[in-house]
Amino acid sequence: MSSSEASLAPGEYHHIEPEQAYHAAKFGMWIFLITEIHLFAVLFCVFAVYRFKYLAEFERHAQTLDWKLGGLNTIVLLTSSYFMVRAVDSAQRGLNGNCKTWLNFTFLCGLIFLAIKAFEYDTKFSHYLGPSTNIFYGLYFTMTGLHGVHVIAGMAVIWWLRSLAANNRFSTTYYTPVEVSGLYWHLVDIIWIYLFPLLYLIGGIK
Amino acid sequence: MSEAETANDKLNYLNCEKGFLSWLMSIDHKRIGLMYMASMFLFFVVGGIFALAVRTELFSHGETIVNAQAYNILFTLHGVIMIFLFIVPGIPATLGNFLLPLMIGAKDVVFPKLNRFSYWLYLLGAMVAFFALFMKLDTGWTFYAPYSLENSRAVITATSAAFILGFSSILTGLNFLVTIHKMRAPGMQWGRLPLFVWTLYATAILQVAATPIIGITLLLLILENALNIGVFDPSKGGDPLLFEHLFWFYSHPVVYIIILPAMGIVSEIVPVFSRKPIFGYKALVYASVGIAGISLLVWGHHLFVAGMSNFARYLFSFLTFLVAIPTAVKVFNWVATMYKGSISWDSPMLYAMSFVFLFLIAGTTGIHLATLATNAHYHDTYFVVAHFHYTLQGGAVVGLLAGMHFWFPKMFGRMFNESFAKFSWLVLFIGFNGTFLPQFVLGMQGMPRRYFDYPPEFEGLHRISTIFSFVNGLGYAMVLGNLLYAAFKGKFATSNPYLSKSLEWQTDSPPIKDNFAEIPRVTDWTYSYGATQ
Repeated sequence: MSSSEASLAPGEYHHIEPEQAYHAAKFGMWIFLITEIHLFAVLFCVFAVYRFKYLAEFERHAQTLDWKLGGLNTIVLLTSSYFMVRAVDSAQRGLNGNCKTWLNFTFLCGLIFLAIKAFEYDTKFSHYLGPSTNIFYGLYFTMTGLHGVHVIAGMAVIWWLRSLAANNRFSTTYYTPVEVSGLYWHLVDIIWIYLFPLLYLIGGIK
Repeated sequence: MSEAETANDKLNYLNCEKGFLSWLMSIDHKRIGLMYMASMFLFFVVGGIFALAVRTELFSHGETIVNAQAYNILFTLHGVIMIFLFIVPGIPATLGNFLLPLMIGAKDVVFPKLNRFSYWLYLLGAMVAFFALFMKLDTGWTFYAPYSLENSRAVITATSAAFILGFSSILTGLNFLVTIHKMRAPGMQWGRLPLFVWTLYATAILQVAATPIIGITLLLLILENALNIGVFDPSKGGDPLLFEHLFWFYSHPVVYIIILPAMGIVSEIVPVFSRKPIFGYKALVYASVGIAGISLLVWGHHLFVAGMSNFARYLFSFLTFLVAIPTAVKVFNWVATMYKGSISWDSPMLYAMSFVFLFLIAGTTGIHLATLATNAHYHDTYFVVAHFHYTLQGGAVVGLLAGMHFWFPKMFGRMFNESFAKFSWLVLFIGFNGTFLPQFVLGMQGMPRRYFDYPPEFEGLHRISTIFSFVNGLGYAMVLGNLLYAAFKGKFATSNPYLSKSLEWQTDSPPIKDNFAEIPRVTDWTYSYGATQ
């Protein structure tokens, strides 16, 4: 990083107006979200193919998943999205302290989500059910696992935002990182909202 | 000449900072473009050597220089290197990176650090790929299951490399899309964008839309190898055909990621060397976007004989035929641009014209392969090998060389030896056609692709192909040698030797660090050449 850039807020460069940088960053994030959706879309397709092919088995295996824990996780993630919205709103008002608090709550929700997930995985492993048991579990672990990786990535980003807020980097004119990271966090949330009924509910509750 | 020499002493992006690190850490799109170019051609030479080894093995029937397994490894290495490390990043990463901001009047791409990160990812992916090459990878570059489930270590490493490279490609595409949307100079309306930029735009859409598909497919293959999740393993109820569907859902569009920018380069060169405005600008734009769109719908033609309903076969055959329409629009428009033009046959124009010629062969043989009845005969024969080499090498590589000759003085401020360039073009052209025309005949006669050995009656054509493949290799050595020499020792060039009107030529050659001293105002489209100028 050259010395001339160090004086600028992150995301701003010598060759671009702040207003332009804001719109570019948002547009770039939307495009990135499209690639993420395409990534998960393939998994949904693959799931559909095998559910169609092995309907009875898929319904039987779905019943072994704990929909209550899945539901709890849904609530946790939705709540985290609410906290994220508050963080973005605080950043837009230049309230760095509030922003940091809301980000802490968001991070905590991510942590709770992962803890519940770990508990679920552990229960499955203790019953000798793993990714190689059959295609249903293979896909269950792949889809929730990949989603979990995204949650972890999102939490890493939130941790970075926290440090920016702690250094009072956000103002009414500069809040791009919080806003685009918020978009990303909502996407991670939305993907879970699709995963939950697909894996736990459809055919899962009798 | 003295004016040109002083121009070259001026501060530019090449001499403004010195040292290895100043390049590796650079966020200047021009330097990143050149670094891509250097690394890619290094890998191209390695992949080319593997190709010559494959051809040498096929020189006579029976074992010639290597055994069957070594042969499988050789053609896999050739494919993996050429596809993932050379031709897919190809034109967008090299000339695209260098020229896109210059052509739209911007100081850089919109996310310069992301651009540098893309290049680092590319280097990392290349390193992982080379690591895999030492692990006896013999699946072919397509990694078809269930065979790719047997040599787990090598497949996991190679597909991880492809995954990383895919990420690099996505980020480049994203960067280009946002740059084109948000960074155009005042007056650079969508209707005035240079056609090369339009093709980069269409390419970027494909990179962003299709690359995640291969990413997740390769990830599933990695998980299949590492954790036995069962989705592609028939012994666990999985479906290997599903892998082929998902694989080609990306890997067919990737052909257009590869070829569209080459078409863009030709669209830039033809008007300059015909001194005429490009014919049918809008049609060329729609054709680019149309090709990108249709390309997402045709993957099934790779599975005609793999097991598919008849309806799906008809549909995919029909959709594949449709690609011919926008492609033909392009060819006709280039020809119409040249009509009554004042044509000069400099080396970029020679390459551009040989692109049209070779790509025409590629396209028309593509129709043979899209036709269900003939596909049943040609499938997995040398006809296919010849067809896609005409597309990828005759199309994309020749297009890239056209662009490199055309923009060479822009990039380095120096000029290559023009008559040697023409001579090496001729060697290349003869070598290429001599290598691959016989392979069409071999394919028609039933010679299967990927085979280590063949009956003696195929020997004659294989020998011709092998001999010319060395001529082809010599051609590349001459071209690259000429350009490499000229980059350091060539005569200083004037700032716009081909008298092009587009924006990238309206600044110094080589350009200054931030491209333009002042952001230009665009008042007209690029292609307003008078026919008699």
